[in-house]
Amino acid sequence: MGGVAVLERSLPGDPAARRRRGIPRGAWLGIAPFALYVLVFLGGPLYEVVYGAFTTTGGSLTWHNFSQTFSQPQYRSAFEQSLKISVVTSVLGGFFGVWLACAVVTAGPRSPLRRIVSSGAGVLAYFAGVPLAFAFIATLGRYGEATILLRHIGIDLNASGFDISSLTGVELAYTYFQVPLMVLLITPALEGLRPEWREAATGLGASTVGYIRHVAAPVLAPAILGGLLLLFGNAFAAYATSYALVGIYVNLVPGWIQQLISGNVLVDENGVGLALGVEMIVVIAVVMVAYALLQRRATRWLA
Amino acid sequence: MRRRRRRPRLWRVAILVLAAIFFLGPLASAIRFSLEQSNGRDGLGNYTQLLHDAALSSSLATSLEIAALTTAIMLSLMLPTVVWVRLRLPRLALVVESISVLPIVIPPIVMAAGLATLQSHASAGLSDLVFSSPLTALTPVYVILAMPFAYRSLDVGVRAIDLRTLVDAARSLGAGWPTVLARVILPNVRTAVLTAASLTVALVLAEVVIAETLLYTTYPVSLVNAGQAQLGVAVALSVLSLAITWMLLLAISFIGNRGASRARIGRLL
Repeated sequence: MGGVAVLERSLPGDPAARRRRGIPRGAWLGIAPFALYVLVFLGGPLYEVVYGAFTTTGGSLTWHNFSQTFSQPQYRSAFEQSLKISVVTSVLGGFFGVWLACAVVTAGPRSPLRRIVSSGAGVLAYFAGVPLAFAFIATLGRYGEATILLRHIGIDLNASGFDISSLTGVELAYTYFQVPLMVLLITPALEGLRPEWREAATGLGASTVGYIRHVAAPVLAPAILGGLLLLFGNAFAAYATSYALVGIYVNLVPGWIQQLISGNVLVDENGVGLALGVEMIVVIAVVMVAYALLQRRATRWLA
Repeated sequence: MRRRRRRPRLWRVAILVLAAIFFLGPLASAIRFSLEQSNGRDGLGNYTQLLHDAALSSSLATSLEIAALTTAIMLSLMLPTVVWVRLRLPRLALVVESISVLPIVIPPIVMAAGLATLQSHASAGLSDLVFSSPLTALTPVYVILAMPFAYRSLDVGVRAIDLRTLVDAARSLGAGWPTVLARVILPNVRTAVLTAASLTVALVLAEVVIAETLLYTTYPVSLVNAGQAQLGVAVALSVLSLAITWMLLLAISFIGNRGASRARIGRLL
């Protein structure tokens, strides 16, 4: 790869001409380190999961691990809980997220409110995890601030059966990071709504409701739906917050995987844990493919 | 829009107040909670505990080492790749980007399960080489987890500069590829690099599932453990973690070239 070759290739020709010539053989070498790294450090663990899920401890091919995950009631119930918590928190998070994003987007893009909300949303959406769990324990735990405050005005959370270290608590904490994630995902789409569309609709006699129903909602629908899908996948894969809140004996798929992998059950059921892992990947892969398809629709108007 | 200024104000204030209660409530509670010391008086005792607690401070040191190494590997792997793809393989841009997003499809617990299986099957030699210390065992995986964030932010940065002209100019003046990357491209995309590095550090300091499953005591793992015995300290450290991460991201939104960086954080997924 000499300097001359670089100059020759960078002549201001049209990109189509370059495309027709195909990819030069040496160019592949440039992404070899990246490809190799992904193959070893992502492919390696992934191979172990898939291989272990489809084989017995002796190494022969089996379907047993998967049939276990379908027939045993505890795994079915964990899957139902995981799906339920993902649907509930993504619908709640999506609804309030869109609402909040609308309120924030009307402030100018460089206003302090926007900066604080978007960086705060980034923290809560991606990096909250364990600290978030402890913030909720400090708020609604047995000796939490809100629990004590409510007791003063005559509401006893503990007596009413509420426990932050439960699936309800996990649901509440998940919603807490789903809302900011929706804000981050939907803000670019809201910014893409042109003021001219609003003016045109109003000029033709549309009311606010009419504008939202016939213009804004159809244009935003793919983006909102795509956001909901990502929220679903996010909640389905999440585990850190629930681990810190409840521990590994939580009735969610990740909890069962960790129990099975760490050997915390009587029988050696490593393979079942790996089969659950493959099922999780399949669910999230389906969601991501649907998201990618929707994204293509979403960018049609809001490029 | 402009004509209807007055009416939107009301619902805007309503939703912002509601959001403030829901989001700031737990944070304010956590701060209040963290100030209550075990002796009954209010103070910063829970915060200074980090300095006295050997388990916590040594795990923080471990995590910081992992964070530094992860960032270094991530940058030296991803920046050349991003540049190379934009320069020589533009047709593959979508493919490479899709590969870099793959870790999102694999939940951390599944990644952990795969690594734990690998760990239990590993030969003695591999075990000594890789799995004997959290630094060598976790760093390679964390680079993978950071890829979706890192690729996106670096790609935005590289796309914003006139890459071809810069590279051609440097090459025709006799610069080799390492020089081009380190002395021509790097200074031009330092905001993107800083963003990618901050996100990577934040990720390493937050990741608990893989470390816990593989039985390494990193900072977030010892934070969870602290929650069992000394809740006040765990809450105090949680407040610190959230505050520091938030400062990091807020700083990024200011140093970036105006509008672009906000979009950068917003469009990571």
